[in-house]
Amino acid sequence: MLLELLLIASVKSAIALLVVITAAAYTVWLERKLVGRMQTRIGPNRVGPFGLLQPLADAIKLFFKETFIPREADKALFLIAPGISLVAALLTIAVLPFGETVTVLGREIMLSITDLNIGVLYILAVSSLGVYGIVLAGWSSNNKYSLLGGLRSSAQMISYELALGLSLVGVLMLAGSASLREIASAQQAVPFVVLQPLAFVIYLIAAFAETNRAPFDLPEAETELVAGYHTEYSGMRFATFFLAEYANLITVAILASVLFLGGWHLPVVGVVGSGWLAVVLGVLWLLLKVLVLLFCFIWVRATLPRIRYDRLMQLGWKGLLPLGLLNIFATGLGVELLARGWPAPLLVAANVALTLAALELLFRLARPLAAPAAAGARAAAGAAARGGE
Amino acid sequence: MEAALFWPLALVAIVAAVAVIAARNAVYSALFMVVVLFCLALLYLSLGAEFLAAVQIIIYAGAIMVLFLFVITLLNPQALPEQEHLPGQRWLGLPLLGLLVLALVAVVASAAWRPLPPSTLPANNIVAVGQAIFRSYLFPFEITSLLLLVAIVGAVVLAQRRA
Repeated sequence: MLLELLLIASVKSAIALLVVITAAAYTVWLERKLVGRMQTRIGPNRVGPFGLLQPLADAIKLFFKETFIPREADKALFLIAPGISLVAALLTIAVLPFGETVTVLGREIMLSITDLNIGVLYILAVSSLGVYGIVLAGWSSNNKYSLLGGLRSSAQMISYELALGLSLVGVLMLAGSASLREIASAQQAVPFVVLQPLAFVIYLIAAFAETNRAPFDLPEAETELVAGYHTEYSGMRFATFFLAEYANLITVAILASVLFLGGWHLPVVGVVGSGWLAVVLGVLWLLLKVLVLLFCFIWVRATLPRIRYDRLMQLGWKGLLPLGLLNIFATGLGVELLARGWPAPLLVAANVALTLAALELLFRLARPLAAPAAAGARAAAGAAARGGE
Repeated sequence: MEAALFWPLALVAIVAAVAVIAARNAVYSALFMVVVLFCLALLYLSLGAEFLAAVQIIIYAGAIMVLFLFVITLLNPQALPEQEHLPGQRWLGLPLLGLLVLALVAVVASAAWRPLPPSTLPANNIVAVGQAIFRSYLFPFEITSLLLLVAIVGAVVLAQRRA
Protein backbone atom coordinates (compact mmCIF):
# COMPACT_ATOMS: atom_id res chain seq x y z
CA MET A 1 0.00 0.00 0.00
CA LEU A 2 2.77 2.40 0.98
CA LEU A 3 4.74 1.29 -2.07
CA GLU A 4 1.75 1.99 -4.27
CA LEU A 5 1.31 5.48 -2.80
CA LEU A 6 5.00 6.13 -3.31
CA LEU A 7 4.81 4.95 -6.91
CA ILE A 8 1.79 7.15 -7.69
CA ALA A 9 3.47 10.17 -6.09
CA SER A 10 6.73 9.60 -8.03
CA VAL A 11 4.95 9.20 -11.37
CA LYS A 12 2.88 12.32 -10.73
CA SER A 13 5.98 14.30 -9.69
CA ALA A 14 7.90 13.17 -12.77
CA ILE A 15 5.05 14.13 -15.10
CA ALA A 16 4.50 17.49 -13.39
CA LEU A 17 8.23 18.33 -13.50
CA LEU A 18 8.47 17.39 -17.16
CA VAL A 19 5.37 19.40 -18.03
CA VAL A 20 6.46 22.53 -16.16
CA ILE A 21 10.05 22.47 -17.46
CA THR A 22 8.87 21.95 -21.05
CA ALA A 23 6.23 24.63 -20.58
CA ALA A 24 8.91 27.00 -19.23
CA ALA A 25 11.07 26.39 -22.31
CA TYR A 26 8.12 26.99 -24.62
CA THR A 27 7.06 30.10 -22.72
CA VAL A 28 10.43 31.51 -23.76
CA TRP A 29 9.60 30.60 -27.36
CA LEU A 30 6.12 32.14 -27.04
CA GLU A 31 7.59 35.29 -25.55
CA ARG A 32 10.16 35.69 -28.34
CA LYS A 33 7.49 35.09 -30.98
CA LEU A 34 4.97 37.49 -29.46
CA VAL A 35 7.44 40.25 -28.60
CA GLY A 36 8.79 39.87 -32.13
CA ARG A 37 5.30 40.40 -33.57
CA MET A 38 4.66 43.36 -31.28
CA GLN A 39 7.90 44.95 -32.46
CA THR A 40 7.06 44.16 -36.13
CA ARG A 41 9.67 41.42 -36.34
CA ILE A 42 9.12 37.75 -37.08
CA GLY A 43 10.86 36.19 -34.08
CA PRO A 44 12.58 32.78 -34.15
CA ASN A 45 11.69 30.91 -37.36
CA ARG A 46 14.86 29.04 -38.39
CA VAL A 47 14.83 25.85 -36.30
CA GLY A 48 11.84 23.65 -37.09
CA PRO A 49 8.36 24.80 -38.21
CA PHE A 50 7.55 28.25 -36.70
CA GLY A 51 10.87 27.99 -34.85
CA LEU A 52 9.31 25.38 -32.57
CA LEU A 53 12.60 23.55 -32.04
CA GLN A 54 14.37 26.76 -30.97
CA PRO A 55 14.18 25.92 -27.20
CA LEU A 56 15.82 22.56 -27.92
CA ALA A 57 18.58 24.18 -29.96
CA ASP A 58 19.16 26.75 -27.20
CA ALA A 59 19.34 24.02 -24.57
CA ILE A 60 21.92 22.04 -26.59
CA LYS A 61 23.99 25.17 -27.13
CA LEU A 62 23.93 26.08 -23.43
CA PHE A 63 24.86 22.51 -22.42
CA PHE A 64 28.09 22.64 -24.40
CA LYS A 65 29.16 26.12 -23.33
CA GLU A 66 32.04 26.47 -20.91
CA THR A 67 31.19 27.08 -17.26
CA PHE A 68 33.18 30.16 -16.38
CA ILE A 69 33.97 30.99 -12.75
CA PRO A 70 35.54 34.40 -11.98
CA ARG A 71 38.86 34.02 -10.16
CA GLU A 72 37.83 36.18 -7.20
CA ALA A 73 34.40 34.59 -6.88
CA ASP A 74 33.26 32.63 -3.83
CA LYS A 75 33.27 29.32 -5.69
CA ALA A 76 30.98 27.20 -3.51
CA LEU A 77 28.18 29.76 -3.38
CA PHE A 78 28.69 30.76 -7.01
CA LEU A 79 28.10 27.15 -8.07
CA ILE A 80 25.07 26.38 -5.90
CA ALA A 81 23.22 29.72 -6.26
CA PRO A 82 21.42 28.82 -9.54
CA GLY A 83 20.41 25.49 -8.01
CA ILE A 84 18.73 27.25 -5.06
CA SER A 85 16.68 29.39 -7.45
CA LEU A 86 15.57 26.44 -9.57
CA VAL A 87 14.76 24.15 -6.63
CA ALA A 88 12.67 26.86 -4.97
CA ALA A 89 10.84 27.43 -8.25
CA LEU A 90 10.14 23.75 -8.87
CA LEU A 91 9.14 22.88 -5.28
CA THR A 92 6.01 25.02 -5.63
CA ILE A 93 4.65 22.57 -8.23
CA ALA A 94 3.98 20.04 -5.44
CA VAL A 95 0.68 21.63 -4.44
CA LEU A 96 -0.52 23.14 -7.74
CA PRO A 97 -3.81 21.53 -8.79
CA PHE A 98 -4.31 20.88 -12.49
CA GLY A 99 -7.79 19.38 -12.47
CA GLU A 100 -10.45 17.19 -10.91
CA THR A 101 -9.88 13.66 -9.58
CA VAL A 102 -9.64 10.88 -12.19
CA THR A 103 -10.02 7.12 -11.79
CA VAL A 104 -7.17 5.05 -13.26
CA LEU A 105 -7.22 1.25 -12.87
CA GLY A 106 -9.76 1.55 -10.09
CA ARG A 107 -7.72 4.07 -8.11
CA GLU A 108 -8.78 7.62 -7.39
CA ILE A 109 -5.99 9.94 -8.48
CA MET A 110 -6.18 13.70 -8.01
CA LEU A 111 -4.50 15.83 -10.61
CA SER A 112 -1.98 17.44 -8.30
CA ILE A 113 1.04 15.89 -6.64
CA THR A 114 -0.39 16.49 -3.20
CA ASP A 115 -2.89 18.68 -1.40
CA LEU A 116 -1.79 20.44 1.78
CA ASN A 117 -4.25 22.19 4.04
CA ILE A 118 -1.69 25.01 4.18
CA GLY A 119 -1.19 24.96 0.38
CA VAL A 120 -1.16 28.73 -0.11
CA LEU A 121 1.27 29.24 2.76
CA TYR A 122 3.49 26.46 1.44
CA ILE A 123 3.76 28.25 -1.90
CA LEU A 124 4.55 31.57 -0.20
CA ALA A 125 7.18 29.89 1.98
CA VAL A 126 8.94 28.00 -0.79
CA SER A 127 8.86 30.80 -3.34
CA SER A 128 10.27 33.25 -0.77
CA LEU A 129 13.43 31.12 -0.68
CA GLY A 130 14.15 31.66 -4.39
CA VAL A 131 15.55 35.09 -3.61
CA TYR A 132 18.51 33.44 -1.83
CA GLY A 133 19.71 32.11 -5.17
CA ILE A 134 19.64 35.60 -6.66
CA VAL A 135 21.25 37.39 -3.70
CA LEU A 136 23.98 34.76 -3.33
CA ALA A 137 24.68 34.78 -7.07
CA GLY A 138 25.07 38.55 -6.92
CA TRP A 139 27.33 38.50 -3.89
CA SER A 140 29.48 35.49 -4.79
CA SER A 141 30.26 36.80 -8.29
CA ASN A 142 32.39 39.54 -6.70
CA ASN A 143 31.20 41.99 -9.32
CA LYS A 144 29.64 45.38 -8.63
CA TYR A 145 26.86 44.95 -11.17
CA SER A 146 26.00 41.49 -9.90
CA LEU A 147 25.97 42.70 -6.30
CA LEU A 148 23.67 45.63 -7.12
CA GLY A 149 21.34 43.28 -8.97
CA GLY A 150 21.22 40.94 -5.97
CA LEU A 151 20.60 43.80 -3.53
CA ARG A 152 17.81 45.25 -5.62
CA SER A 153 16.25 41.83 -5.89
CA SER A 154 16.21 41.22 -2.13
CA ALA A 155 14.66 44.62 -1.37
CA GLN A 156 12.11 44.21 -4.15
CA MET A 157 11.12 40.68 -3.12
CA ILE A 158 10.54 41.62 0.52
CA SER A 159 8.53 44.70 -0.40
CA TYR A 160 6.21 42.95 -2.81
CA GLU A 161 5.87 39.70 -0.93
CA LEU A 162 3.93 41.61 1.73
CA ALA A 163 1.48 42.93 -0.84
CA LEU A 164 1.20 39.49 -2.45
CA GLY A 165 0.48 37.83 0.89
CA LEU A 166 -2.09 40.46 1.88
CA SER A 167 -3.90 40.10 -1.45
CA LEU A 168 -4.33 36.38 -0.78
CA VAL A 169 -5.85 36.90 2.69
CA GLY A 170 -9.18 38.03 1.19
CA VAL A 171 -9.37 34.87 -0.89
CA LEU A 172 -8.62 32.70 2.15
CA MET A 173 -11.33 34.53 4.12
CA LEU A 174 -13.95 33.83 1.46
CA ALA A 175 -12.94 30.21 0.88
CA GLY A 176 -12.42 29.47 4.57
CA SER A 177 -9.45 27.27 3.72
CA ALA A 178 -5.82 27.51 2.60
CA SER A 179 -5.94 24.34 0.52
CA LEU A 180 -5.72 25.14 -3.20
CA ARG A 181 -8.22 22.42 -4.13
CA GLU A 182 -10.77 23.66 -1.63
CA ILE A 183 -10.29 27.27 -2.76
CA ALA A 184 -10.91 26.22 -6.36
CA SER A 185 -14.00 24.25 -5.33
CA ALA A 186 -15.35 27.26 -3.42
CA GLN A 187 -15.55 29.13 -6.75
CA GLN A 188 -17.94 26.80 -8.53
CA ALA A 189 -20.68 29.44 -8.47
CA VAL A 190 -18.73 32.71 -8.70
CA PRO A 191 -14.99 33.05 -9.41
CA PHE A 192 -13.26 35.12 -6.74
CA VAL A 193 -12.13 37.74 -9.23
CA VAL A 194 -15.72 39.08 -9.08
CA LEU A 195 -15.72 39.22 -5.29
CA GLN A 196 -12.07 40.23 -4.89
CA PRO A 197 -11.26 42.51 -7.83
CA LEU A 198 -8.88 44.67 -5.79
CA ALA A 199 -7.02 41.63 -4.49
CA PHE A 200 -6.68 40.31 -8.04
CA VAL A 201 -5.11 43.56 -9.26
CA ILE A 202 -2.73 43.70 -6.29
CA TYR A 203 -1.83 40.05 -6.83
CA LEU A 204 -1.03 40.58 -10.50
CA ILE A 205 1.15 43.66 -9.90
CA ALA A 206 2.99 41.98 -7.02
CA ALA A 207 3.43 38.85 -9.14
CA PHE A 208 5.16 40.88 -11.85
CA ALA A 209 7.58 42.17 -9.23
CA GLU A 210 8.10 38.78 -7.57
CA THR A 211 9.00 37.14 -10.88
CA ASN A 212 11.36 39.98 -11.85
CA ARG A 213 9.33 40.68 -14.97
CA ALA A 214 9.23 43.97 -16.83
CA PRO A 215 8.33 46.66 -15.78
CA PHE A 216 9.88 45.47 -12.49
CA ASP A 217 12.97 43.73 -13.92
CA LEU A 218 15.40 45.97 -12.04
CA PRO A 219 17.56 43.13 -10.68
CA GLU A 220 18.70 42.46 -14.25
CA ALA A 221 18.21 45.89 -15.79
CA GLU A 222 20.50 45.56 -18.82
CA THR A 223 20.77 49.30 -19.46
CA GLU A 224 22.39 49.95 -16.09
CA LEU A 225 23.64 46.63 -14.67
CA VAL A 226 24.87 44.65 -17.72
CA ALA A 227 22.77 41.63 -16.77
CA GLY A 228 22.38 42.16 -13.02
CA TYR A 229 22.83 39.19 -10.74
CA HIS A 230 23.65 36.73 -13.54
CA THR A 231 26.28 38.88 -15.27
CA GLU A 232 29.07 36.39 -14.57
CA TYR A 233 27.10 33.26 -15.35
CA SER A 234 27.41 31.23 -18.53
CA GLY A 235 26.29 27.91 -19.97
CA MET A 236 23.97 25.64 -17.99
CA ARG A 237 24.14 27.72 -14.82
CA PHE A 238 22.84 30.74 -16.69
CA ALA A 239 20.17 28.51 -18.24
CA THR A 240 19.22 27.34 -14.73
CA PHE A 241 18.42 30.92 -13.68
CA PHE A 242 16.48 31.41 -16.89
CA LEU A 243 14.49 28.23 -16.34
CA ALA A 244 13.75 29.18 -12.71
CA GLU A 245 12.43 32.56 -13.82
CA TYR A 246 10.04 31.07 -16.35
CA ALA A 247 8.99 28.24 -14.03
CA ASN A 248 8.08 30.95 -11.50
CA LEU A 249 6.11 32.76 -14.16
CA ILE A 250 4.08 29.64 -14.91
CA THR A 251 3.50 28.97 -11.20
CA VAL A 252 2.24 32.51 -10.72
CA ALA A 253 -0.13 32.16 -13.70
CA ILE A 254 -1.51 28.81 -12.49
CA LEU A 255 -1.93 30.22 -8.98
CA ALA A 256 -3.84 33.24 -10.31
CA SER A 257 -6.11 30.93 -12.33
CA VAL A 258 -6.81 28.70 -9.34
CA LEU A 259 -7.19 31.40 -6.69
CA PHE A 260 -9.09 34.04 -8.62
CA LEU A 261 -10.41 32.68 -11.92
CA GLY A 262 -12.13 29.52 -10.73
CA GLY A 263 -9.46 26.98 -11.62
CA TRP A 264 -10.62 23.99 -13.64
CA HIS A 265 -14.32 24.34 -12.83
CA LEU A 266 -16.23 24.76 -16.09
CA PRO A 267 -18.52 27.79 -16.34
CA VAL A 268 -21.49 25.60 -17.29
CA VAL A 269 -22.06 22.78 -14.83
CA GLY A 270 -23.66 19.48 -15.73
CA VAL A 271 -23.56 19.72 -19.54
CA VAL A 272 -20.75 17.20 -19.96
CA GLY A 273 -21.44 15.16 -16.83
CA SER A 274 -18.56 14.09 -14.62
CA GLY A 275 -16.72 11.47 -16.67
CA TRP A 276 -13.33 11.59 -18.36
CA LEU A 277 -14.56 14.20 -20.83
CA ALA A 278 -15.40 16.64 -18.05
CA VAL A 279 -11.97 16.16 -16.46
CA VAL A 280 -10.13 16.73 -19.74
CA LEU A 281 -12.25 19.79 -20.56
CA GLY A 282 -11.55 21.12 -17.05
CA VAL A 283 -7.79 20.78 -17.52
CA LEU A 284 -8.03 22.49 -20.91
CA TRP A 285 -10.13 25.28 -19.38
CA LEU A 286 -7.43 25.87 -16.75
CA LEU A 287 -4.77 25.76 -19.46
CA LEU A 288 -6.64 28.40 -21.46
CA LYS A 289 -6.70 30.76 -18.46
CA VAL A 290 -2.99 30.19 -17.84
CA LEU A 291 -2.22 30.93 -21.49
CA VAL A 292 -4.25 34.16 -21.43
CA LEU A 293 -2.38 35.26 -18.29
CA LEU A 294 0.99 34.38 -19.84
CA PHE A 295 0.02 36.39 -22.91
CA CYS A 296 -0.76 39.36 -20.64
CA PHE A 297 2.61 39.00 -18.90
CA ILE A 298 4.39 39.09 -22.27
CA TRP A 299 2.16 41.89 -23.55
CA VAL A 300 3.01 44.07 -20.54
CA ARG A 301 6.71 43.42 -21.08
CA ALA A 302 6.45 44.59 -24.68
CA THR A 303 4.42 47.67 -23.69
CA LEU A 304 5.74 49.25 -20.50
CA PRO A 305 9.17 50.77 -19.85
CA ARG A 306 11.06 49.82 -16.70
CA ILE A 307 9.94 51.65 -13.56
CA ARG A 308 12.48 53.75 -11.63
CA TYR A 309 13.76 52.19 -8.42
CA ASP A 310 12.45 54.75 -5.92
CA ARG A 311 9.05 54.62 -7.63
CA LEU A 312 9.07 50.84 -7.38
CA MET A 313 9.47 51.13 -3.61
CA GLN A 314 6.86 53.88 -3.42
CA LEU A 315 4.35 51.78 -5.35
CA GLY A 316 4.97 48.76 -3.14
CA TRP A 317 4.95 50.38 0.29
CA LYS A 318 2.63 53.38 -0.18
CA GLY A 319 0.34 51.89 -2.82
CA LEU A 320 -0.09 48.14 -2.75
CA LEU A 321 0.50 47.51 0.97
CA PRO A 322 -2.22 49.90 2.31
CA LEU A 323 -4.60 48.77 -0.44
CA GLY A 324 -4.01 45.15 0.56
CA LEU A 325 -4.90 46.01 4.18
CA LEU A 326 -7.95 47.95 2.99
CA ASN A 327 -9.07 44.92 1.00
CA ILE A 328 -8.90 42.71 4.10
CA PHE A 329 -11.11 45.14 6.04
CA ALA A 330 -13.53 45.47 3.14
CA THR A 331 -13.76 41.68 2.80
CA GLY A 332 -14.40 41.24 6.52
CA LEU A 333 -17.12 43.91 6.43
CA GLY A 334 -18.67 42.34 3.33
CA VAL A 335 -18.78 38.86 4.85
CA GLU A 336 -20.33 40.23 8.04
CA LEU A 337 -22.96 42.32 6.21
CA LEU A 338 -23.87 39.37 3.97
CA ALA A 339 -24.42 37.26 7.08
CA ARG A 340 -26.80 39.97 8.38
CA GLY A 341 -28.91 39.70 5.26
CA TRP A 342 -27.66 42.56 3.07
CA PRO A 343 -28.24 41.89 -0.66
CA ALA A 344 -25.18 40.36 -2.34
CA PRO A 345 -25.36 42.42 -5.59
CA LEU A 346 -25.22 45.65 -3.56
CA LEU A 347 -22.09 44.47 -1.75
CA VAL A 348 -20.41 43.40 -5.00
CA ALA A 349 -21.22 46.79 -6.55
CA ALA A 350 -19.78 48.58 -3.52
CA ASN A 351 -16.64 46.45 -3.77
CA VAL A 352 -16.21 47.26 -7.46
CA ALA A 353 -16.61 50.98 -6.71
CA LEU A 354 -13.99 50.69 -3.97
CA THR A 355 -11.65 48.93 -6.39
CA LEU A 356 -12.02 51.65 -9.03
CA ALA A 357 -11.30 54.34 -6.43
CA ALA A 358 -8.25 52.40 -5.23
CA LEU A 359 -6.95 51.99 -8.79
CA GLU A 360 -7.32 55.74 -9.41
CA LEU A 361 -5.18 56.31 -6.31
CA LEU A 362 -2.62 53.81 -7.58
CA PHE A 363 -2.38 55.52 -10.98
CA ARG A 364 -1.87 58.89 -9.27
CA LEU A 365 1.00 57.37 -7.32
CA ALA A 366 2.59 55.91 -10.44
CA ARG A 367 2.36 59.20 -12.34
CA PRO A 368 5.53 61.30 -12.68
CA LEU A 369 6.20 63.57 -9.70
CA ALA A 370 6.09 66.82 -11.69
CA ALA A 371 2.94 66.68 -13.79
CA PRO A 372 3.80 66.85 -17.52
CA ALA A 373 1.04 69.43 -18.04
CA ALA A 374 2.75 71.84 -15.65
CA ALA A 375 6.13 71.23 -17.26
CA GLY A 376 4.59 71.82 -20.69
CA ALA A 377 3.02 75.08 -19.51
CA ARG A 378 6.38 76.23 -18.12
CA ALA A 379 8.10 75.43 -21.39
CA ALA A 380 5.42 77.32 -23.31
CA ALA A 381 5.75 80.29 -20.96
CA GLY A 382 9.52 80.23 -21.43
CA ALA A 383 9.14 80.13 -25.20
CA ALA A 384 6.65 83.02 -25.06
CA ALA A 385 9.03 85.05 -22.90
CA ARG A 386 11.88 84.43 -25.32
CA GLY A 387 9.62 85.25 -28.25
CA GLY A 388 8.69 88.56 -26.58
CA GLU A 389 12.29 89.72 -26.24
CA MET B 1 8.43 8.71 13.40
CA GLU B 2 8.84 11.78 15.58
CA ALA B 3 12.06 10.51 17.15
CA ALA B 4 13.45 9.38 13.81
CA LEU B 5 13.04 12.94 12.56
CA PHE B 6 13.99 14.65 15.79
CA TRP B 7 17.55 13.35 16.25
CA PRO B 8 18.94 14.06 12.76
CA LEU B 9 17.23 17.46 12.69
CA ALA B 10 18.47 18.36 16.15
CA LEU B 11 21.99 17.32 15.20
CA VAL B 12 21.96 19.40 12.00
CA ALA B 13 20.47 22.35 13.87
CA ILE B 14 23.19 22.28 16.54
CA VAL B 15 26.05 21.84 14.06
CA ALA B 16 24.67 24.71 11.96
CA ALA B 17 24.19 26.86 15.07
CA VAL B 18 27.84 26.37 16.01
CA ALA B 19 28.79 27.17 12.41
CA VAL B 20 26.87 30.47 12.65
CA ILE B 21 29.34 31.80 15.22
CA ALA B 22 32.36 29.87 13.93
CA ALA B 23 32.15 30.95 10.28
CA ARG B 24 34.79 33.50 9.25
CA ASN B 25 32.51 35.08 6.68
CA ALA B 26 29.32 36.85 7.77
CA VAL B 27 27.46 35.72 4.65
CA TYR B 28 28.10 32.10 5.59
CA SER B 29 26.98 32.84 9.16
CA ALA B 30 23.68 34.13 7.80
CA LEU B 31 23.27 31.05 5.60
CA PHE B 32 23.92 28.67 8.51
CA MET B 33 21.32 30.64 10.45
CA VAL B 34 18.86 29.86 7.64
CA VAL B 35 19.73 26.16 8.03
CA VAL B 36 18.96 26.36 11.77
CA LEU B 37 15.60 28.04 11.08
CA PHE B 38 14.81 25.41 8.48
CA CYS B 39 15.50 22.58 10.93
CA LEU B 40 13.21 24.24 13.47
CA ALA B 41 10.47 24.51 10.83
CA LEU B 42 10.85 20.81 10.04
CA LEU B 43 10.65 20.01 13.75
CA TYR B 44 7.37 21.93 13.99
CA LEU B 45 6.18 19.98 10.97
CA SER B 46 7.06 16.65 12.59
CA LEU B 47 4.93 17.69 15.59
CA GLY B 48 1.94 18.36 13.32
CA ALA B 49 2.15 22.16 13.52
CA GLU B 50 2.15 22.86 9.78
CA PHE B 51 0.96 26.43 10.10
CA LEU B 52 3.76 27.32 12.50
CA ALA B 53 6.30 25.62 10.20
CA ALA B 54 5.13 27.59 7.15
CA VAL B 55 5.10 30.86 9.06
CA GLN B 56 8.57 30.14 10.47
CA ILE B 57 9.93 29.85 6.92
CA ILE B 58 7.95 32.76 5.47
CA ILE B 59 8.86 35.23 8.23
CA TYR B 60 12.32 34.16 9.38
CA ALA B 61 13.92 32.51 6.35
CA GLY B 62 11.97 34.41 3.71
CA ALA B 63 12.00 37.93 5.13
CA ILE B 64 14.22 38.54 8.15
CA MET B 65 17.27 36.59 7.01
CA VAL B 66 16.98 38.09 3.52
CA LEU B 67 17.16 41.53 5.16
CA PHE B 68 20.20 40.40 7.17
CA LEU B 69 21.83 39.17 3.98
CA PHE B 70 20.94 42.48 2.31
CA VAL B 71 22.76 44.45 5.00
CA ILE B 72 25.74 42.07 5.11
CA THR B 73 26.32 42.05 1.36
CA LEU B 74 25.81 45.82 1.19
CA LEU B 75 28.22 46.74 4.01
CA ASN B 76 30.78 43.93 3.62
CA PRO B 77 31.72 43.68 7.34
CA GLN B 78 35.05 42.00 6.50
CA ALA B 79 36.28 45.38 5.28
CA LEU B 80 35.28 47.21 8.49
CA PRO B 81 37.97 47.73 11.18
CA GLU B 82 37.72 45.20 14.00
CA GLN B 83 36.97 46.88 17.31
CA GLU B 84 35.56 46.06 20.72
CA HIS B 85 32.76 48.41 21.66
CA LEU B 86 32.98 47.61 25.37
CA PRO B 87 36.51 47.23 26.71
CA GLY B 88 37.10 43.72 28.07
CA GLN B 89 33.81 42.29 26.75
CA ARG B 90 35.56 39.13 25.58
CA TRP B 91 36.79 38.28 29.05
CA LEU B 92 33.57 39.28 30.73
CA GLY B 93 31.70 36.96 28.37
CA LEU B 94 33.23 33.78 29.74
CA PRO B 95 31.93 33.97 33.36
CA LEU B 96 28.55 35.22 32.07
CA LEU B 97 28.34 32.20 29.78
CA GLY B 98 29.11 29.93 32.72
CA LEU B 99 26.31 31.60 34.69
CA LEU B 100 23.86 31.08 31.84
CA VAL B 101 24.77 27.39 31.47
CA LEU B 102 24.36 26.89 35.23
CA ALA B 103 20.93 28.53 35.15
CA LEU B 104 19.82 26.42 32.19
CA VAL B 105 21.04 23.19 33.81
CA ALA B 106 19.23 24.13 37.03
CA VAL B 107 15.98 24.77 35.16
CA VAL B 108 16.17 21.57 33.11
CA ALA B 109 17.13 19.46 36.14
CA SER B 110 14.33 20.80 38.32
CA ALA B 111 11.61 20.55 35.66
CA ALA B 112 8.87 17.98 36.19
CA TRP B 113 8.87 16.03 32.89
CA ARG B 114 5.70 14.39 31.73
CA PRO B 115 4.80 13.01 28.30
CA LEU B 116 2.41 15.10 26.22
CA PRO B 117 -0.90 13.48 25.32
CA PRO B 118 -0.62 12.26 21.70
CA SER B 119 -1.66 14.80 19.03
CA THR B 120 -2.87 17.72 21.11
CA LEU B 121 -3.13 19.84 17.97
CA PRO B 122 -6.39 19.88 16.03
CA ALA B 123 -6.18 18.87 12.38
CA ASN B 124 -6.87 22.36 11.12
CA ASN B 125 -3.94 24.34 12.45
CA ILE B 126 -4.88 27.70 11.02
CA VAL B 127 -8.22 27.79 12.85
CA ALA B 128 -6.60 26.65 16.10
CA VAL B 129 -3.84 29.27 15.96
CA GLY B 130 -6.38 31.96 15.06
CA GLN B 131 -8.60 31.02 17.99
CA ALA B 132 -5.63 31.02 20.35
CA ILE B 133 -4.35 34.43 19.23
CA PHE B 134 -7.62 36.29 18.83
CA ARG B 135 -9.60 34.69 21.69
CA SER B 136 -7.45 33.25 24.48
CA TYR B 137 -4.39 35.47 24.13
CA LEU B 138 -5.78 38.63 22.56
CA PHE B 139 -4.30 41.01 25.12
CA PRO B 140 -0.69 39.69 24.98
CA PHE B 141 -0.99 39.68 21.18
CA GLU B 142 -2.04 43.34 21.08
CA ILE B 143 0.71 44.30 23.55
CA THR B 144 3.28 42.56 21.32
CA SER B 145 2.10 44.47 18.28
CA LEU B 146 2.36 47.69 20.28
CA LEU B 147 5.95 46.75 21.12
CA LEU B 148 6.71 46.27 17.43
CA LEU B 149 5.08 49.62 16.65
CA VAL B 150 7.36 51.31 19.20
CA ALA B 151 10.37 49.68 17.51
CA ILE B 152 9.23 50.94 14.09
CA VAL B 153 8.70 54.49 15.38
CA GLY B 154 12.14 54.34 17.00
CA ALA B 155 13.76 53.25 13.75
CA VAL B 156 12.04 56.06 11.84
CA VAL B 157 13.16 58.64 14.41
CA LEU B 158 16.77 57.41 14.22
CA ALA B 159 16.70 57.47 10.41
CA GLN B 160 15.24 61.00 10.42
CA ARG B 161 17.94 62.28 12.78
CA ARG B 162 20.68 60.76 10.60
CA ALA B 163 19.32 62.31 7.41
